[in-house]
Amino acid sequence: MSKIGIAAYGTTSFTKDDQKIETILHKSTNDLFQKNPNIDKKEIDAVLVSTNNNSKYLAPILSEMTGIQPKIAHSIESLCNSGTNSIVSAFSYISSGLADMVLVSGAERYDSPGQILEWDNSRGEFKHPIFWASIFSKSYKQEYGISDEELAIVSVKNHKQAKENPNALSKKTYTIDEVMNSKKLTDDLRLLNCSRPCTGSASILLASEEIIKKYTDSPIWITGIGQKTTSAGFTKNPSLSSMESTKIAGESALKMANHNISEVDVAEVHDAFSVCEPMALESLGFTNPGEGMNMIKKLNETNNFMINPRGGLIGCGHPLGATGISQTIEIAQQLQNTAENRQTDNPKTGLVHNMSAAATSSTVLVLEK
Amino acid sequence: MSFEKELEKGQFCIPECTACKKLVWPPSEFCDKCNGKISLRKEEFEGKIIEFSRQNEEYFCVVEFGNSIRIIAKMMTLPKKDQIVKISKCGISEGSYYFQII
Repeated sequence: MSKIGIAAYGTTSFTKDDQKIETILHKSTNDLFQKNPNIDKKEIDAVLVSTNNNSKYLAPILSEMTGIQPKIAHSIESLCNSGTNSIVSAFSYISSGLADMVLVSGAERYDSPGQILEWDNSRGEFKHPIFWASIFSKSYKQEYGISDEELAIVSVKNHKQAKENPNALSKKTYTIDEVMNSKKLTDDLRLLNCSRPCTGSASILLASEEIIKKYTDSPIWITGIGQKTTSAGFTKNPSLSSMESTKIAGESALKMANHNISEVDVAEVHDAFSVCEPMALESLGFTNPGEGMNMIKKLNETNNFMINPRGGLIGCGHPLGATGISQTIEIAQQLQNTAENRQTDNPKTGLVHNMSAAATSSTVLVLEK
Repeated sequence: MSFEKELEKGQFCIPECTACKKLVWPPSEFCDKCNGKISLRKEEFEGKIIEFSRQNEEYFCVVEFGNSIRIIAKMMTLPKKDQIVKISKCGISEGSYYFQII
């Protein structure tokens, strides 16, 4: 199979602004084309839109707004990991030969209907994500003897890293005490343990090996893809202190890329809530079960941006349909050594972890120079 | 007899496949294992608290029935893990199920 890589990308800032979904999509796509004026729009075979917004026909609309007449144009929705699902679909179109170049654009508004999975009646009246996050937090803390103060370090670290990201929603840093004293949502969750819904968009252009060299001298290759859905309902999760779908998706992606987790230099993981970061690190194999917080503490103490350099979902904000694409752009920038104040030490291999609905489904990508 | 009609009347039933006897959750017309038809078992089921947390004065608990069906239910007194409980109240409000346990 010939290689498939990232030819270009664009983004908006993540804000609380009240903008039309079409406008936000157009802004990140326009940013992509402005930064890469040599791209021939006639070579774009497919336009995929990643969003949970209820507006219809968004991919043809975006195509018209940007002057593209693709063969393929449609939306993709999978709650919080719509973005990486769209990238996987774009990859599949190219690898199948149906397309040579695919534009993937993700966007969400701060009031996205994707924040709550109405179907999941097993959650009773507790459908808001703060309830599954509280259950994960309680279970994880009890199983591994982790304190609320320790989990607060995730938020401290990711807000600190987001401060170096000009597109992040968060512009402030916080202390452990400030996280601990932020608004109490439940016995096991404070406001600053949570990512926030916001308005934002990110776009990425994927291309085949034959075409990509026309557009960039520093392509980033997608060398591994793993996906797994274990269920849709939160209560079907086999464990409340680990992420089964992430474990399986991570193993598949690393196998496809022919790498071990120890060879990953930089990663974006889906920290929708503080507890998700150590759970994800453990499920991906960065650490043994129960030791994720040790890694996070060490990274925080040494100002090492290896995990969630853009600030993660907690620092950046979480515009659902854009998140996975934004994570992928961050890792591409890291591998290209263009991440400015967030740059890690000359990484060669990067990983993206994006998940939905309490880790009932996960996508993992491996990216390389 | 549908699960939701019974739930609206305050009756919690357990859906079971008429062919392979698998407990099917969430409620569905067909078995996810053998595609058989579903019937509802009406009993006073006992469940076990798997995990819980609290918002304000209300506890919310993950409760397991029959080793396979899990729901999140409200409890007004301090729960304990592995505590055996029963559904005291259930129904549908604004399209969402609700469950309360004692």
